[in-house]
Amino acid sequence: MTPRPRLVACAAAGGAVGAVLRWSAGELAPAADGFPWTTFAINVTGSLLLALLPALALARGSRAWAVALGPGVLGGFTTLSAYAEEGRALLAGGSTGTALAYLLGTLAACWVAVLLGAAATRRQVPEEDLG
Amino acid sequence: MTPLLVALGGGVGAALRFVVATRLDAPGRTVAAGTLLVNLVGSFVLGLLAGAAVRGDVLALLGVGFCGGLTTYSSFAVQAAERGPRRGATYAAATVLGALAAASLGWWVGQA
Repeated sequence: MTPRPRLVACAAAGGAVGAVLRWSAGELAPAADGFPWTTFAINVTGSLLLALLPALALARGSRAWAVALGPGVLGGFTTLSAYAEEGRALLAGGSTGTALAYLLGTLAACWVAVLLGAAATRRQVPEEDLG
Repeated sequence: MTPLLVALGGGVGAALRFVVATRLDAPGRTVAAGTLLVNLVGSFVLGLLAGAAVRGDVLALLGVGFCGGLTTYSSFAVQAAERGPRRGATYAAATVLGALAAASLGWWVGQA
């Protein structure tokens, strides 16, 4: 099904905020050569917050807020494109160990963060609310 | 200027992701097809921008903004964890290996 235009606008507004937050994090704490710590921290934090989102009354009570904060802010904040490109660049540069540590480390840390967040909220998140 | 370009690209990317994910993601399937699709497309485009050595305002708008907004790690991680160890690992492998391949292909195309 196609989402209602109002919800698409909520996702767009949240995504704009999330993207600027991610850009700001990169400006404030650019990763030095080697392990892409900034993107790592962004993705782990965003994954944890998305798993915790159902605990927020605002998100439970309003579909518009749930979309603006989940697929919007947190979806725009976290990034898989930068993760993939950073992994590609590390592999292409011969830093195979760092690349594997980064790619698998991000995946494992985000997975654990989601499990912890879900355990804390003890709620199932409807998939259409995911960001 | 740069934050505005990032916001514009991020808003458009997130809206597109939301529409595609709402239409194509299905909780019962091993792979969340819509989220996987936007993650692969965004990784390809960012790889292409990197391969073409795009910088400045264009990178802020299309790379940091659009590709970053189009792709998502948070919903991918929640979807993978929700699917449990076995199906989640399959979905994660498809996403991570697919995104790496897409970024590499994009980089190669961008170099040309």
